[in-house]
Amino acid sequence: MTDPLDSLVRIEHVTFSRGTRKIYDDVSISVPRGKITAVMGPSGTGKTTLLRIIGGQLKPESGSVFYGDADVPRLSRGALFELRKKMSMLFQSGALFTGMSVFDNVAYPLREHTKLPEELIRTMVMMKLETVGLRGAASLMPAELSGGMSRRAALARAIALDPELIMYDEPLTGQDPITMAVLLKLIRELNNSLGLTSIVVSHDVAEIMTIADYVYLVSGGRVLASGTPEELQKAQNPDVYQFVHGLPDGAVPFHYPAGNYLEDL
Amino acid sequence: MSVLDPVTGLGRRGIHFLSLLGRSLLMLMHALVGRPQFRKHFPLFVEQLYVVGVQSVMIIIVSGMFIGMVLALQGYNVLVQFKAEASLGPLVALSILRELGPVVSALLFAGRAGSALTAEIGLMKATEQLSSMEMMAVDPLRRVISPRFWAGFVSLPLLTFMFCVIGIYGGKMVGVDWLGIDEGTFWTGTQASVDLYDDIAQSFVKSVIFALVTCWVALFNGYNCMPTSAGISRATTQTVVHSSLIVLGLDFVLTALMFN
Repeated sequence: MTDPLDSLVRIEHVTFSRGTRKIYDDVSISVPRGKITAVMGPSGTGKTTLLRIIGGQLKPESGSVFYGDADVPRLSRGALFELRKKMSMLFQSGALFTGMSVFDNVAYPLREHTKLPEELIRTMVMMKLETVGLRGAASLMPAELSGGMSRRAALARAIALDPELIMYDEPLTGQDPITMAVLLKLIRELNNSLGLTSIVVSHDVAEIMTIADYVYLVSGGRVLASGTPEELQKAQNPDVYQFVHGLPDGAVPFHYPAGNYLEDL
Repeated sequence: MSVLDPVTGLGRRGIHFLSLLGRSLLMLMHALVGRPQFRKHFPLFVEQLYVVGVQSVMIIIVSGMFIGMVLALQGYNVLVQFKAEASLGPLVALSILRELGPVVSALLFAGRAGSALTAEIGLMKATEQLSSMEMMAVDPLRRVISPRFWAGFVSLPLLTFMFCVIGIYGGKMVGVDWLGIDEGTFWTGTQASVDLYDDIAQSFVKSVIFALVTCWVALFNGYNCMPTSAGISRATTQTVVHSSLIVLGLDFVLTALMFN
């Protein structure tokens, strides 16, 4: 486990349920400062929920979530909004505002939180768009963008205020290989050049393993394994092995639990 | 089935209703209570005033005109049997000012603007736009809900006023211009029977209360909807059904209180 003193985000003994279904049961995760931490696991294990818990959009039933020294679930509404200025999230859908152009989407957080003159905002927006390779698409509306472009535009918006932490929710899902490579390159380069701390939630094992510094494997409401990508590749635990090597059947069965097959025919 | 099942079912519904009411009150409180930022919020308010108010003007004018006309036509047919057609002006004016104006305007507003508000906010929720706003440290309650609420709250009384004016004018067109009632009689009777406090002010009070209710219901249904296409569809229907029923129920209560 990483030294807690060097962590930007610490999740300690968090339990969270939706209705009667327990999503997390006494989970602890530590996100080292300045690194890319990947949280991986099969679909439906609540990886997005984890990001929402860190962002304070969901409150855990028990346990603590520390961002620096701040205990996120116990912050007041005002303090929480203040804290969110330091973090950013890239949603799976991009979540661009559909009524605004790409330029205005990226300018939005700057206009909301700063009193900078419009010329300076324009310069900053163009620099962010240049970083993600979409300067030429500044005047386009979100409906005119492809899936990959939407995510890159949303990424430009996410880095507009130069956050400390950026959380990526399934950034590679549904992307073609070229876009995937572009997004991976951007995540790695942004993390290094802007001194960010990144949390990437994904189930694209092979791709994310190439950029992650540290990996948590989450399944069934608990952390199955954690370590560097190399350590997880070598792990012999059958659950970890099945997921990391993408085997259709194994510890996680191919079949959803069901009664006797013949009786159903 | 246990004997207690209906009782537990009633209790469950009661708790569900109270929790919804509590959440909707919290939503309204967070949206409306706080230091206003005129520089940022006023342009949003004006934009919504156009979408919610100005774009509802046409349906209000056309409906007001036809309701005034049909009221005059029906009223004339009854009044003429008693040689009382001179009372057509007061009949049309009082019916519209006291009841039809505020109620029909609110029903039309719920159908035209309320449903649109619910669908828009529901879709913003489904496409994670509200969540992304929150994560950008922008409070969607202040940024999205509040301007829409104030725009609706200001628009509906003004639309009701338009409805009443056009409705009475529609009644005059049928009664005076078509059926031949003396114009002086029509307007004198109307002027003599309409009271500023009893009729016009109370009509205004009703429209303000209906504005509060329809906007609140529409915005909460959007904000609270399931973020799926079926959820948005259900929330939009609920907005129209709930707003209409609450408006009609409240109208009875307000009328009973205002006119004893």
